This record gives sequence, C-alpha cells and structure tokens, in this order.
Amino acid sequence: MTSIPDGNSPLPAAFRAVGSSSFSDFLASYAPDLLPHRRALPAGATVDAPHGTTIVAATFPGGVVMAGDRRATMGNIIAQRDIEKVFPADEYSCVSIAGTAGIGLEMTRLFQVELEHYEKIEGTTLSLDGKANRLSQMIRQNLGLAMQGLAVVPMFCGYDHEVGGGRIFSYDVTGGRYEETNYHSVGSGSLFARGALKKLHRPGMTAEQVVTVLVQALYDAADDDSATGGPDLTRSIWPVVYVITEDGARRLPDDEMGPIVRAVVEGRLTEPDGPNASPPTGA
Amino acid sequence: MTTPFYISPEQIMKDKADYARKGIARGRSAVVLQYDAGILLVAENWSPALHKISEIYDQIAFAAVGRYNEFENLRIMGVRIADLRGYSYDRRDVTARGLANAYAQTLGTIFSSAGEKPFEVELVVAEVGDTAADDQIYRLTYDGSVADEHGWMVMGGQTEPIAAYLEQNYAEGLGVDDAIRLAVRALGEGNPGTDGPRRIEANQLEVAVLDRGRPTRKFKRLTRARLETVLGTDAPAAAPAAPAPAGDAAPAGDGAERPATGPQPPKPGETSTGDGDGGPAL
Repeated sequence: MTSIPDGNSPLPAAFRAVGSSSFSDFLASYAPDLLPHRRALPAGATVDAPHGTTIVAATFPGGVVMAGDRRATMGNIIAQRDIEKVFPADEYSCVSIAGTAGIGLEMTRLFQVELEHYEKIEGTTLSLDGKANRLSQMIRQNLGLAMQGLAVVPMFCGYDHEVGGGRIFSYDVTGGRYEETNYHSVGSGSLFARGALKKLHRPGMTAEQVVTVLVQALYDAADDDSATGGPDLTRSIWPVVYVITEDGARRLPDDEMGPIVRAVVEGRLTEPDGPNASPPTGA
Repeated sequence: MTTPFYISPEQIMKDKADYARKGIARGRSAVVLQYDAGILLVAENWSPALHKISEIYDQIAFAAVGRYNEFENLRIMGVRIADLRGYSYDRRDVTARGLANAYAQTLGTIFSSAGEKPFEVELVVAEVGDTAADDQIYRLTYDGSVADEHGWMVMGGQTEPIAAYLEQNYAEGLGVDDAIRLAVRALGEGNPGTDGPRRIEANQLEVAVLDRGRPTRKFKRLTRARLETVLGTDAPAAAPAAPAPAGDAAPAGDGAERPATGPQPPKPGETSTGDGDGGPAL
C-alpha cells in the first residue's frame, strides 16, 4: 500500500501537481489501493458480509426527510442492531446505503471527502446534480464487485438552492441515476415501505408529518421483511432520521425520535396494519 | 580554457533570500491572532474571488501572502495531504504540525535547489484547539523555516509598523469584534499615506475565523455585511489615505500595485542562511 506522507520527508510530486479538484482522481493517481472498488475477488467467489436493508425518503414543501432502520444482517444472523445507514454527505445533502455494508460505508466516506475536497479547492460547492452524478460514477466503478455479490445501492437526498426544494435520487448497481418525485425507498424491505408511503404520503405535509410517515413505512418494512429491523423499544434504538432544509441537514435527536416512534407503535397496538389511507374526498 | 565563474554558497543563499523577501514585501499584509473563542485571520485583499485565507481541514486554516500561484499551489498541496490522511487514518490524525512539516520540507527543498527560484511566499498554518492554550500557529517562510507563534503574528509587506501596533495593543481574550477591529487598524498602519494610518474598508478585507465553538468544521468566512457591521462602529478616520490601486485583481498577487517599500534589509552580520525575518528558526 502507498505510504501516507508524514510531513517529515519531501513529498511526492503528485501533491503539487496541477490536477483536478476531485479527491478520488487524486487517489486514483497517487494511492489507487485506497479506492473502495480496488479489490480483486477470485472469479466466482462470494463473500458473506453484513447487509444494510431498508431506507426511505420523502419530500415536503421546504425540504426532504431521509430515514433508515438500524439492522444489519449476515444471512439469517442479525449482525448489528444499531448500525447507521444514513449519513450527511455535506451540509445540505445526505446519502444512505442499502446493500453490502462494508463497501457502502467506505463509499460513503470517500463521497464525503470528495464533496468537501471540491469545496475547499474550488471555494464553492458542487451543484446538487453534480453531487448526484459524482455518486453515480462511484457506483459504476463498483460494478465488478456488485456482480460478485458485493452490491451497494445508495439513495441521495439534498436541498437544492437553485430549485428551492428537496430532491431525491435513486440508483441502480450500474450507476444509473433516477430522480424520484415525492418519496422513494431502497433495500429488501422497500416493497413494503413503498406501499405504505404510497398510501400515507401527501405532497403538502409538514416535516413532522413526513417523519411520522417514514417511521410508519419503516414499521411496515420491518413487519414483513426479516432483514429490516423494527423500532427497538427495549433498547431505545430509533431509526436514523435526517431533515434537510434550506438551513442544512439536521439529525433528529433521540429525545425527538422517541415520542414519534412510541406513538406509531402505540397506534399499531390497536390497529396492527397501521393507519388507513384517507378515503377519497366525495366518495 | 576559461576559469569557471565562482559564486560562494553564502552569496547564492543571500541572493535567493533577498529575492524572495523583495517579492513578499511588495504584497499587502495579513494578520493572524488568537481571540477568546478561537483564531482570527485577517488579510488585506482587494479581490473578492482570489483568496489568501482558506480552510484546510476541520480545525486547520491556511493564510498566505506573496505570489498567488505559488501559495495556491501550496494550499492545494495542504488540502490533499489533509484529506488523504483523514481518509486513510482518521479525521483526528490530521494536525497542523504535520502540515507545517510538509510545507517546511517542500519550501526548504525548493529554496536550496539549484534549478528552482525560491518561492516568494510566507504562510501560516493555524489549528484551533479545545482551549486557547491548545491553539497552534505555525509560520513558514520562503526558505522553509518554521516558527511556532502565540498571541498574534503578521506577515507580508511592511510588517514592522503593524507588528509594533499589535505589540502595544494586543491583549489576550479579546472578543471577536474587538479582535477584528484591532487587526484591521493594525493593517492600516502598514503602508500609511501622508495623513497617517489608512482606514481599510470591509470590501478590501478577507476575514475568517477558526471558531472552536463550531461543530466539526471550525472554519468560517465572515461576510462583507458582518464586517461592515463590525467596522462601521469604528471612529471614522480622516479621508482614506490609500490611493485606489489600478488593476488590482492581478492573480500575480498583491504585488506591484504599490511601489515596493523595499525589502527589509538583511540584518548586519546575517549570512542569509534563510532565517529571514521569521523569528527563531526551529
């Protein structure tokens, strides 16, 4: 592996070379071993690694909310009960990962440094589309590993100051980027979560209402998907939720999440299938 | 066969040091000082786009004077080193000391290399700690010498009157607004007009802080509006003595818009090994 400069010996020329503003381009030229996708697996090999499962996101006027459950599984084993799958990418955007946890976490870290590096070098931030496309390229580079079972499927959300609202981007393993309207979900429990979102989410909701809707959707995902973790009342482990607005991304602290989750669970005690969608007006 | 022309190493080093000092002395100055909640960086800079002060990492800032393309090159190098270290180890493993060493090695190698001209730059790597006692301010000069500073420091052209002003007026534990006013008044002492110290306006300044109260990323640029609020309460000085420089935006730095005040003459007996005017070399 390339040695990391300690400042006590003359630096390699790469550090002063005129180059791009991209940190991963710099890594590719100087220390390619540090890139997440530079691993060679023997052909046909599969690796049993923890997987992150359901993430959900939905917009509201003024921003977007992103949430993830806390379970990582390895086959039929619960690998971790309080894993985090939603991360701030920079001040105004968040990225979350479903799929192979190790690769996803590393990709997230590189993506965070990538955005910050660009910001420091250029003195300005990338556009939200620029960030979304950059993530797309990183997933594309991972395709070789994805075909061997180490797939990462992230979701990217951010506040776009040019558009004046929150936006959601989803991806496929080939790096395809798709912008979603209103709401989206990724991961093994996403089919169930998306059904819940479809019934409960309305475009004019407040941020608080959207948070509750996302918690309901995660509950439904956990209800029917064994790889998605439900609210852990005994250990007080709540979903990780970020609300992104014009003022930046904010993680909802436990003391705000606790009452919301307890209220949702309380409701399920009398109505196990969850709240009814409001009937069509005039029906 | 002609006798090879001989120049003593002392003379070569002296010429290089003079050359670098002359370049630096043409520019406008910058001041770095500790205030009650962190470290303040103030540079006289007429360009709104070309920065002399910038963020390197979470708790580390960079400020430089001299030739723009040279210190920009060093700044990018610092960001690359910091991001690489933080990515491969941990964010806590990125330190100003490590960066200062990297800069010292680079500047020292260039200064003593036969093929390259010395960099005409002077720079500061500042790291804000949990308390004022943990703050670190490293000053680097064109020859790669490093000094560890405390309280305040000034670099650039005509630093003596600025340093004298700060020496007299600086106190520990200043609030941020007072610190800004002090720094700006001090900068006005450099290159004074016929009517005495200049009054420097908000649009001629670049100001940033490393605020230890901020989460993770401590660096924050202060906006023009904020500066106007702070400086507006200053007693208005006599008519601004500074003549508006022509064509200031030249990326070649702050150089040339003002007649060179001349390099600081080498101190008597100095052999120009490069200690320069940068305080004690480490």
